[in-house]
Amino acid sequence: MTIRELADKGIFKVVCAGDDTDREISGVFCCDLLSVVMGRGKADAAWVTVMGNINSLAVLSLTDMACIVLAEGAQMDAVGIARAETQGFTIFATDQPIFETAMQIQALLDA
Amino acid sequence: MSDAIVLKYDVPGDDFTRAGEASSDIKQKLRKMGIPPEAIRKVAISMYEGEINMVIHAHGGQITVEITPEDVDMLLEDHGPGIADIEQAMQAGFSTAPEDVRGLGFGAGMGLPNMKKYSDEFSIESEVGVGTTVHMKVRF
Ligand SMILES: Nc1ncnc2c1ncn2[C@@H]1O[C@H](COP(=O)(O)OP(=O)(O)OP(=O)(O)O)[C@@H](O)[C@H]1O
Ligand SMILES: [Mg+2]
Repeated sequence: MTIRELADKGIFKVVCAGDDTDREISGVFCCDLLSVVMGRGKADAAWVTVMGNINSLAVLSLTDMACIVLAEGAQMDAVGIARAETQGFTIFATDQPIFETAMQIQALLDA
Repeated sequence: MSDAIVLKYDVPGDDFTRAGEASSDIKQKLRKMGIPPEAIRKVAISMYEGEINMVIHAHGGQITVEITPEDVDMLLEDHGPGIADIEQAMQAGFSTAPEDVRGLGFGAGMGLPNMKKYSDEFSIESEVGVGTTVHMKVRF
């Protein structure tokens, strides 16, 4: 499933569409502690987190994950949105809890 | 060493909007040079953790990166408070990160363990009241 295909499902709010929407998502990763994510985040994963700030964008980019999915109604702050827009990162958001959000994405990947 | 590229970065202290810039820049450069992705990942992790530690714990510092055809050498120097007990600081889970910084996602106490794990050579020297120097190398 590509980033665009996930966006088109309409299950998550698209906060920033991003530039690389043809990119394939492979896997889901959940964690909010940035240095754990740094050490374990897998390239091309959808990263489900509540951390919506400039630092989570740095971690997204350095680990080559595909996109951020903000769960639990968490929001990306204004500085983060501006950065995501200039750098072309994809950010989704949902009010669902982290586990349910991750399961939703995994189910789509398995389909 | 005519083949070496030397890059210097000033890391501003306590400025989280710029934290990670040096690591991101190095990552981009290595990518353009066609360095294997696994080596780039190791450099990105090691350097980001070191850079962030300077921002959070040491009011900033300086990073010198030397890229050769064989490896990337990273020297991180700061004049922050220093580390009293390095062995304790190296333990997974140990952190003195203040509450506000934890709210941003830092403070797992995994930064130094990540740096050691993902670099091929790692050394740290620190003196309380003087500062901290971290030296890391990642081979291609
Ligand atoms: N450059 C530094 N100057 C002073 N103290 C440092 C420095 N780097 C690390 N420390 C000390 O070592 C501790 C452990 O560092 P480490 O990077 O492993 O964890 P952390 O920065 O607290 O959290 P995390 O990196 O997981 O977000 C820090 O909490 C801090 O007390
Ligand atoms: Mg750290």
